[in-house]
Amino acid sequence: MTITLAHYLVLSAILFATSVVGIFLNRRNLIILLMAIELMLLSVNINFIAFSHFLGDMAGQVFVFFILTVAAAEAAIGLAILIVLFRKLDTINAEDLDRLKG
Amino acid sequence: MTFDPSTIFAIFFYAFAGLLVIAALRVVTAPNPVHAALFLVLAFFCASGIWMLLQAEFLSLALILVYVGAVMVLFLFVVMMLDLDLAHLRRDFKKYLPVAFLMGAVIVLELAVVLIRSFIGTRAPVHAMSEELASNNTHALGKLIFVNYVYAFEVAGVILLVAIIAAVALTLRRRKDSKTQNIADQVAVKASDRLRIVSMPSEMDAKQDAEQNRRGRKE
Repeated sequence: MTITLAHYLVLSAILFATSVVGIFLNRRNLIILLMAIELMLLSVNINFIAFSHFLGDMAGQVFVFFILTVAAAEAAIGLAILIVLFRKLDTINAEDLDRLKG
Repeated sequence: MTFDPSTIFAIFFYAFAGLLVIAALRVVTAPNPVHAALFLVLAFFCASGIWMLLQAEFLSLALILVYVGAVMVLFLFVVMMLDLDLAHLRRDFKKYLPVAFLMGAVIVLELAVVLIRSFIGTRAPVHAMSEELASNNTHALGKLIFVNYVYAFEVAGVILLVAIIAAVALTLRRRKDSKTQNIADQVAVKASDRLRIVSMPSEMDAKQDAEQNRRGRKE
């Protein structure tokens, strides 16, 4: 009963699919959409670390480090935009964001 | 009854993986966004356990510190601050449920077929990490970041700075009724802004004029 590389990759695939399902289900709720994106990034990171371990190459972990940085920045800016939006429109429903008409 | 190490390892893996998947499912289906955020915290904890099993100790702890400590607290803050109309936001939730899970199952099946066929044979690391790298994960990662990837590291720092400034600039709101001093205006003021010298007839003349007017009115 050894855990192979495929186990980790399938786990991350399940996580990725779960967040895709989450984006389908909660397509109005911007907060849950942001959380689903965080889950997607987590599944990508699991892939990176699994490959880094099984190929014996530390570079994969460096990439995870940078992805964590960028994800934190993205969450901060995303939530700031969400707050501005809520102040202006009093809703976070993604369907109400139709002010940009060309 | 004794367990061999690989069995214990497998038990830990399945425990973390199962909890991770359940937590992720609850994140996307929880009716209350606060619960979703808390389940996301649980998911990050389980992922950090998985990374610990993969001997990425530094990143595993960084995930807990950065995500659970900072990002998820930020999420909880925002979720609790907003007054959401949840019934409206989840109106068609039930309608999309079967289709969404069907699509998720298809994605998992397709990925699983490919991944299992390709990687089920990779039981042990193909190239084991050298003794030096494996024994001190933080040291090895630091060496790589500060030597080979130092330019990318600087760029990451700049990205974080931009994120700070952007978040503050977006949410900063000046009150219109606040009575603060504008120091620059106060310092730059000139005498001519405060004092106006007008030329007008002297007081004596003004009195005589008034006298004449009164007399003129009587006649």
